[in-house]
Amino acid sequence: MNGFEALVLTIITASTPLLLAAIGELVVERSGVLNLGVEGMMIVGAVAAFGVAHVTGSPLLGVVAALFAGVAMSVLFGVLTLNLMANQVATGLALTILGLGLSGMIGEGFIGEPGQRLAALHIPVLSDLPLVGSIVFSQDILVYASIALVIGTYHFLFRTRSGLILRAVGDNHTSAHALGYSVIKVRFLAVMFGGACAGLAGAYLSLAYTPQWVEGMTAGRGWIALALVVFASWRPNRVLIGAYLFGAVSILQFHAQAAGIGVPSQLMSAMPYLATIIVLIIISRNVTLTKTNTPACLGKAFVPDR
Amino acid sequence: MRLVLEKRAEHSRLMTVVSPLLAIGLSLIAGSIMFVMIGVNPAEAIYAFFIEPLTSTWSLEELVVKSAPLVLIAVGLSVCFLSNNWNIGAEGQFTMGAIFGSIIPVLFHGFTGPLALPAMIIMGALGGMFWASIPAFLKTRFGTNEILTSLMLVYIAQYILDYLVRGPWRDPDGFNFPESRLYEADHTMWMLGDGRMHFGAIFALVAVIAVWFMLTKTIKGFEIKVMGQTPRAGQFAGFSRKGIVWFSFLISGAFAGIAGIVEVSGTIGQLTPVISPGYGFTAIIVAFLGRLNPIGILFAGLLLGLSYIGGEAAQVTLGMTDKTTSVFQGMLLFFVLACDTLILYKVRLVKPQPTAGGAHERV
Repeated sequence: MNGFEALVLTIITASTPLLLAAIGELVVERSGVLNLGVEGMMIVGAVAAFGVAHVTGSPLLGVVAALFAGVAMSVLFGVLTLNLMANQVATGLALTILGLGLSGMIGEGFIGEPGQRLAALHIPVLSDLPLVGSIVFSQDILVYASIALVIGTYHFLFRTRSGLILRAVGDNHTSAHALGYSVIKVRFLAVMFGGACAGLAGAYLSLAYTPQWVEGMTAGRGWIALALVVFASWRPNRVLIGAYLFGAVSILQFHAQAAGIGVPSQLMSAMPYLATIIVLIIISRNVTLTKTNTPACLGKAFVPDR
Repeated sequence: MRLVLEKRAEHSRLMTVVSPLLAIGLSLIAGSIMFVMIGVNPAEAIYAFFIEPLTSTWSLEELVVKSAPLVLIAVGLSVCFLSNNWNIGAEGQFTMGAIFGSIIPVLFHGFTGPLALPAMIIMGALGGMFWASIPAFLKTRFGTNEILTSLMLVYIAQYILDYLVRGPWRDPDGFNFPESRLYEADHTMWMLGDGRMHFGAIFALVAVIAVWFMLTKTIKGFEIKVMGQTPRAGQFAGFSRKGIVWFSFLISGAFAGIAGIVEVSGTIGQLTPVISPGYGFTAIIVAFLGRLNPIGILFAGLLLGLSYIGGEAAQVTLGMTDKTTSVFQGMLLFFVLACDTLILYKVRLVKPQPTAGGAHERV
């Protein structure tokens, strides 16, 4: 394995959790809901995946557990914001605080335990090809799932009738309601999809990125995923690009440290967060781009008038 | 039969008081279920968490020490949240306040005398304001989302602190521990009594009274509330949208910064890589539990402060993990938000209607 190959492989590993979480949140926000609890759903997914994989010995079961854990968390959010009309920003924060605490409590016994690694798929012939074999054809199932989700989401949002309804609900919930669509139901499904994706992102962290349980191991990735959605101006293809850009930034930090570049390690570790702020500034400076793409009802509660 | 929420014409005054109490009650019930699930007697656990700390002078003092930063930060945050500015980076502003305030005791420790401490507090406030001014500037200048920027700045502030205590600010006589030098007596917060209580509690009380006065008795308070609820109406009244962003961020940054330097100089006595058990985030819960009202925040701060001490006590007496505290805090915020629905909405049971014209949302 040469240096280039290793670099690309690590970038893919760093980008996949961001991509998974961001594509889920993109669908949520397209339906007009702002779920700031990505970090919380992700970390609960991570601990569920680690725990189930550790107990059963099957990383795949861990992935399934993470998916359900993410959905369970998102249902909490959905009930509060969609049924009880609670403030979305505050509820999202509550979800993050609860998720961080809950995962710390559940994971207490897992600290230092050996983890299960999600195996790379081996495709006969293709996986043995030079270069592309290791990069394209020897990834684990979640990497392929993340790419498939991007394509699937794009197709769903812009090529299907259900996707059109979802976007209509996000852009003008009053009209969608008047047309007879159930705004709350559409949003609830979107929120659950977001939870599932965040759970998978967590599973990737504790089963593939670093197969062990570390408290708070999401380290702000849920928040970066939220920023990515803004960066991508709510478009799935741009989320893909954005996630890989951020993955590259966070990996270059390790390589710079390894190369002994004379800057404090803390500065390098702060890079992804700094980059997030810079990216947000650049994107928000372009007012037309943000204004035209932001779902018009984003973050607004829908109260049906009977 | 199904439940339907009906918007009230006015906020329910009764529910404003009842809803936080209901939330606390529900959290206790959910907490008990959690304790049973992890195999702890819920009665014992709740006693250890919420009653035992109130039975000794030592822990009552500790309660004041823990609650003071929560109240101080939350009061500042309430100004932000009331005006619809989502500053969730108080933890970073707290850290920056601690760093700026520590410039004197770490770099100029020869500067002693009665003026040293006031100077430190002012520096701390400036540090918090500086860190809060970044999201405020980005929001007013570029329209950048303040939630994400203020949160990212928390991580950056923590890395700066980490760099300082491991690098240039490390105590040369500290056996290589990542700690700054111990502060001189003149750089240690004024104490109240001879226990652990220090002047931080006074700062918190002053902040409560000042912000209560501002919100209820001054035009500025009116402006904050109008701009939060109906910014368009506020603009017609001549209030500046940008002005209120700056005002609320700077005031909450200053309060968080003061909380930071007070914590370092009063409770810890030196800079260490970790200086807060998440006060800046817990203060968000305090602000909401207190219904964004300074007096309410005072009580909410004491309750959340109690949960920290109770958590430590339960760790010792019942061998429970200290994570129980944060789970409990998270549940509390959830129930607070859920119960707040009762203030704005009436819950009614309605019989299903035979013909459903148009789409009916199930609530």
